[in-house]
Amino acid sequence: MNLANVNDLERSALLVLSDGRSFGGLARGIGSRVTGEVVFSTSMTGYQEALTDPSFAGQILTMTFPLQGNYGITDEADESERVQVEGFVVRELTDLPSHGSSVMSLNEYLTNNNILAMTGVDTRSLTRHLRSSGVLMGTITTDENLEEALFRLGSAPDYAAADHVKSVSAPLLYEFNKKDFAPGDPILGEGNNPHVVVLDLGVKQNIMRLLQSRGCRVTVVPHITLPTDILSLRPDGVLLSPGPGDPELLGDVTRSVTELVGKIPMLGICLGHQVLAKVFGAKTYKMKFGHRGANHPVIDTVSGKVHITSQNHGFAVDPDGLGADMQVTQVHLNDDSVEAMSHVTEPIFTLQYHSEASPGPNDTEFVFNEFVQFMSERM
Amino acid sequence: MTGKKLESVLIIGNGPIVIGQAAEFDYAGTQACKAMREEGVRSILVNSNPATIMTDDGVADVTYIEPLTVEVLTRIIERERPDAILPTLGGQTGLNLGMELSEAGILKKYDVEMLGSSVETIRFAEDREAFKKLLEDLDEPTPLSRIVENWDDAILAKELIGLPAVIRPAYTLGGSGGGVARTDEDYAAIVRSGLDASPINQVLVEQSLLGWKELEYEVMRDGNDTCITICNMENLDPMGVHTGDSIVVAPSQTLTDREYQMLRNSAFKIIRALGIKGGCNVQFALAPRSLVEDEELVPPRSLPQYHVIEVNPRVSRSSALASKATGYPIARVAAKIALGRDLHEIENAVTQRTTAAFEPALDYTVVKIPRWPFDKFATGDRQLGTQMKATGEVMAIARTFEEALQKAIRSLEVGGRSALWERTSWLDEPYLQATDERIWALLSALRHHLNSTELSARTGIDPWFLDRLGRIVSMERVLLSSDLTPILLREAKRLGFADVDIASLAGKLPEQIRNMRLDWDVRPVYKMVDTCAAEFDAVTPYFYSTYDDENEAIPEMNERMLVLGSGPIRIGQGIEFDYCSVRAAQALRAAGVDAVMANSNPETVSTDFDTSDRLYFEPLDEEGIRDLLDNEANGDRAPASIVQFGGQTAINMAGPLHRAALPIAGSSAATIDLAEDRGLFGEILNRLDIPQPPGTIATDLEEALQAGDVIGYPVLVRPSYVLGGRAMEIVQNANEMVTFFTAALEAGVDAGTNNVLIDKFLEGPEVEVDAVCDGEIVLIPGIMEHVERAGVHSGDSVAVYPPQSLEQPQIDSIVDYTTRMALELGVKGLMNVQFVIAEEADPHGTGVFVIEVNPRSSRTVPFISKVTNIPLVNLAVNIMLGKTLTEQGFSGGLHPSMNLVAIKAPVFSMNKLTNVDTFLGPEMKSTGEVMGIDKSFAPAMRKALIASSMNILPKTPFLLSISNQTKSEATSLIRYLHESGSPLFATEGTAGLITALGIPVTIISKRLDDADKNVVELIKDGAVGAVINTLEGGRTEVRRDGFFIRRAATEMRIPCFTSLDTARVAVQAIDEDPEGSYSVLPISAYRSEDYD
Repeated sequence: MNLANVNDLERSALLVLSDGRSFGGLARGIGSRVTGEVVFSTSMTGYQEALTDPSFAGQILTMTFPLQGNYGITDEADESERVQVEGFVVRELTDLPSHGSSVMSLNEYLTNNNILAMTGVDTRSLTRHLRSSGVLMGTITTDENLEEALFRLGSAPDYAAADHVKSVSAPLLYEFNKKDFAPGDPILGEGNNPHVVVLDLGVKQNIMRLLQSRGCRVTVVPHITLPTDILSLRPDGVLLSPGPGDPELLGDVTRSVTELVGKIPMLGICLGHQVLAKVFGAKTYKMKFGHRGANHPVIDTVSGKVHITSQNHGFAVDPDGLGADMQVTQVHLNDDSVEAMSHVTEPIFTLQYHSEASPGPNDTEFVFNEFVQFMSERM
Repeated sequence: MTGKKLESVLIIGNGPIVIGQAAEFDYAGTQACKAMREEGVRSILVNSNPATIMTDDGVADVTYIEPLTVEVLTRIIERERPDAILPTLGGQTGLNLGMELSEAGILKKYDVEMLGSSVETIRFAEDREAFKKLLEDLDEPTPLSRIVENWDDAILAKELIGLPAVIRPAYTLGGSGGGVARTDEDYAAIVRSGLDASPINQVLVEQSLLGWKELEYEVMRDGNDTCITICNMENLDPMGVHTGDSIVVAPSQTLTDREYQMLRNSAFKIIRALGIKGGCNVQFALAPRSLVEDEELVPPRSLPQYHVIEVNPRVSRSSALASKATGYPIARVAAKIALGRDLHEIENAVTQRTTAAFEPALDYTVVKIPRWPFDKFATGDRQLGTQMKATGEVMAIARTFEEALQKAIRSLEVGGRSALWERTSWLDEPYLQATDERIWALLSALRHHLNSTELSARTGIDPWFLDRLGRIVSMERVLLSSDLTPILLREAKRLGFADVDIASLAGKLPEQIRNMRLDWDVRPVYKMVDTCAAEFDAVTPYFYSTYDDENEAIPEMNERMLVLGSGPIRIGQGIEFDYCSVRAAQALRAAGVDAVMANSNPETVSTDFDTSDRLYFEPLDEEGIRDLLDNEANGDRAPASIVQFGGQTAINMAGPLHRAALPIAGSSAATIDLAEDRGLFGEILNRLDIPQPPGTIATDLEEALQAGDVIGYPVLVRPSYVLGGRAMEIVQNANEMVTFFTAALEAGVDAGTNNVLIDKFLEGPEVEVDAVCDGEIVLIPGIMEHVERAGVHSGDSVAVYPPQSLEQPQIDSIVDYTTRMALELGVKGLMNVQFVIAEEADPHGTGVFVIEVNPRSSRTVPFISKVTNIPLVNLAVNIMLGKTLTEQGFSGGLHPSMNLVAIKAPVFSMNKLTNVDTFLGPEMKSTGEVMGIDKSFAPAMRKALIASSMNILPKTPFLLSISNQTKSEATSLIRYLHESGSPLFATEGTAGLITALGIPVTIISKRLDDADKNVVELIKDGAVGAVINTLEGGRTEVRRDGFFIRRAATEMRIPCFTSLDTARVAVQAIDEDPEGSYSVLPISAYRSEDYD
């Protein structure tokens, strides 16, 4: 590092939170101002996967692990077509990545994707603040003082009020068939290929990859797709994907899914899980600072077995009001929040956590096997 | 919870500290006892090591300090009838004993359950063939390998695998006896030594993965099959260097998420297949980038190749490191799992609101650097390989790798070497060997010769690490060439530069840099280790310094004191000082004063966050301590520092603290200085009319030679202010003076002094006391008599309590001198005094001379405290808090002798260190100690010998090679050996003596080129069961001559006595008690004379 360069070429930046708290650092990536809900993730690996996770749309993401960019950017770790976060805040962003499959540095990647980032921030201090204040709207700025930024932030639309799904969902139906992905063992044997329709609320590629590697044919449809159109694709199962934002805003999607109940096996993940909870009468609520990380323990209320899961959500299901035919099967060990549900008679089940991992532990990948099994039983 | 409720559990400790098994198991055992208590289970503990916290009263419910043998454990099981044993917290020693007890049918006979790992699991992980088969069944990759049990196998294995190949002996500590063979000759030598080293004569010959990345995962599993990863760690040194000798970083820095998860999945698969309930360590090799790039047919999203290298189905050194690196108490949780709890039923002691079923998230970087003993063993082979050589380690935590690394280097305390240190020979060409000096050599290479890419290509170290070192080197250049500004200074501190380094680069004094920093408000903040990356509000006060914005360690308002720990375990400064530090913290808390602990050693009990009210994991140097005291002072008066308990590391801080006007508890800096300043101290003794050997200080060779003539040879030569008798020599004549004075001067200069002490060497029994003084009265809990005469370092001597040969007037002199010295010096707290009982005349006619005084806790404090039940450390701490001994219920003088005999015996790690001579001399060599205690001398000695692996069997054949100087003295011992039925072998000269005594002897050639039958062959053939080899006083030809004899004995693990004194008591102990009719009782029973 040449210090002279640091001082001359680096722009200083300010992260301003809506409660007036601010954090100094240096600007990286590209751009001069971004605004979003500021959230933290405690995952120690997988920055590229996180950056491209559509569930982070509308948010400024800070990583609690201080060293980011160590292994650069690979061609294999994107979870969607672009970087989805509004901004990225880290303690240290390295320009000297080291990995056999790295194609560029994290900073180049952010720049190519038009993302403004900040480095040199006391991210632990920021995290401590967010955990007590709850997540807040915030802005990264490179050309304003605190008062100016705060004033501008005052008139910025609130994260929770915006329909972020609309901005991340696929515009058109497509078949997912990645040739670059080494197929796994189709668990149902050759020639037995269930057709899964993925309702895209902000889906991660790994969900499709895992389905494909289990021998599934995968069609991805926009979130506004009508139930009749979904059924006309003659799917063997429907997967309601994860995605960003407040599920209460997804009235149309909820109504569509209601019509699918009883007609087809369904798996809901994260936002998809919340939509299914609403379908069965539950409400959702905004959490103080959410669950974002790769170390979240959930316990199966029947077997007592604990899984370590990857999570990324700021809203959760309030089980009050949930119909008797939909049962909570797993809860979070730390706060008892709902982590999974299962329908008593229909082949419908849901997960709040990301069984597709990427990033994070894939201890619950078996869920996809179960889903395929469900579908095969109906084929 | 599952299974039946257990009522009592026997926990097996790990015995003495040896290379490969250090303080981490004291930490594990102590935590396990705590966990047992929380679960309402009666804990029974056995360990032979008295210097441990775990063997302290009140830790376990019943404590045995007895040798760790099947016989002793069987007797304990008979007596206590435990429901279960827990062998997985006592290192390899515990695991092996658990196996032996099972195989001997003892567990079955007494219906004792094995907790933690089953016998089958241990066998799987330890028996290479079974393990390999298991991994194949799991479809987990392992390197090509072959089990070898004899030389014919070895030839086949070489054909299959090729060279280079790694040789790993089965069932040995720290991989002893193994190595990497690159040539046919290496191969033959290492296979042979490996077969010898293995108790089952089995080695694994394995495909070499030199240059692959090495990673470790610490995983846990409970009875409900929940698996979690506590921590993964990445070695800076690629495969080829033992992980215990590698610089280790946590968490991994260069793995992608997919790689991280791939190895995590593999670790889970293995722990599940092994059925482990508790902790497990899995080591992996991951193909480096060059291999990945070479592979043309890599399909997209494929993952690099890896191999499973090793699995330890138990708590280990790495798990202690992982516990301290994350805040997750692995041993405590493992103990609870062993008792049947599931992870989600165990509270997370850090957050106290979540459970143990989660994976710690780190928001900092941890760097561990091993501490090697080559400052003491200059002739030792420094090359690092598969045989671990480090005695201890340091850990540092910071927000960046660079800062953590530089803090870790500061913590090492290797002759004041900062990251800037380099050898002049490295300036001509880069030095790239893997040795203990590698980290400095890498920095030097980047400074003068190579860029990080070139260096990576030549060392196999991942460029990420070398780029980081490159950033340090770039900053050095900036500091050399630029004026300091607040921004530059802050950047340098954020890269971990110490004030002393910035000072030397910027051409200033360290104190100037410090003042500049404070003026510019460039100060460290303290952040918490909380297991959860700040996601939850944690309650555990475990902090590290870093240069960032927010300080979390806001001082408590309670009265508090700082306990300075002892840093890394090294020869001369072992676990004893951690014992003292922990006891000091406990004493403070018992007195209602908050204990603040500072230490840099991740293995220890003192760095357990439960031990103190606040823990600072910091380098124990002036900058580290003053910064944290500034933080504790919070603009007000800093709390007092206790410097008496952390060995030389802590006592060395007295001066800097005093100069900075920071308060010291107990004996003042002036007192400490008085005792260490040879001239002033000599004057005091003269004034008190207390005899000491005549001596002087020399600063150059001329003075030294003059002193030798005036005082008269032999003289003892040593630099002042150095540890463990480093560079101390007994000098017989002027020729030797030239050699050894120079060496002592060099060692002294390294430690910051050019004063060399030259004293008359008085030969005679050595005696040692620890005393505690409140300024008014002096209490001496007991006197320890050394078996070896003066000349053998006290730390390497066998010490006996109470003394067996002293007469009352001598005891009176010892008590009188100790008392008067303590009062005169103004000691407030502990003091250790060493005496020699010499033939020389002295004014008091008792022959008692003072040879050394240390106004601090010594390595015998835990031993004497446990034997006499006098809590020395607590008494000293209470004195610091203003309570007199009388107020604490004690009176002055020598405490009445207990009706028992306790013997402390040293333990060496010589078989781990090639080319190191094993003879005993004034420089300390042992790494650990054991205790034998019984109602009388012979059984106590017998147990001490058994526990220190120096036991000899009745009538065992002896090899004798006796120096001329000691021949006359040896005659009685030779007769004794003969009469007790031992056949004798001897080298030429010694055989002549024996024949002259009319005793039959077999002559053996000392000449190694004598192909027929030389001494080394004799030893290697197992023809003798013990060796007695004495040497001439100086470092003469004789030493070199006997070197091969001593090394051969070490490698064959047979006792080799280099002092006739030790040999005599060892032989007598067997002779007087051939049946081994020693007691096996809890320590409390000996003290209360309850021998039933």
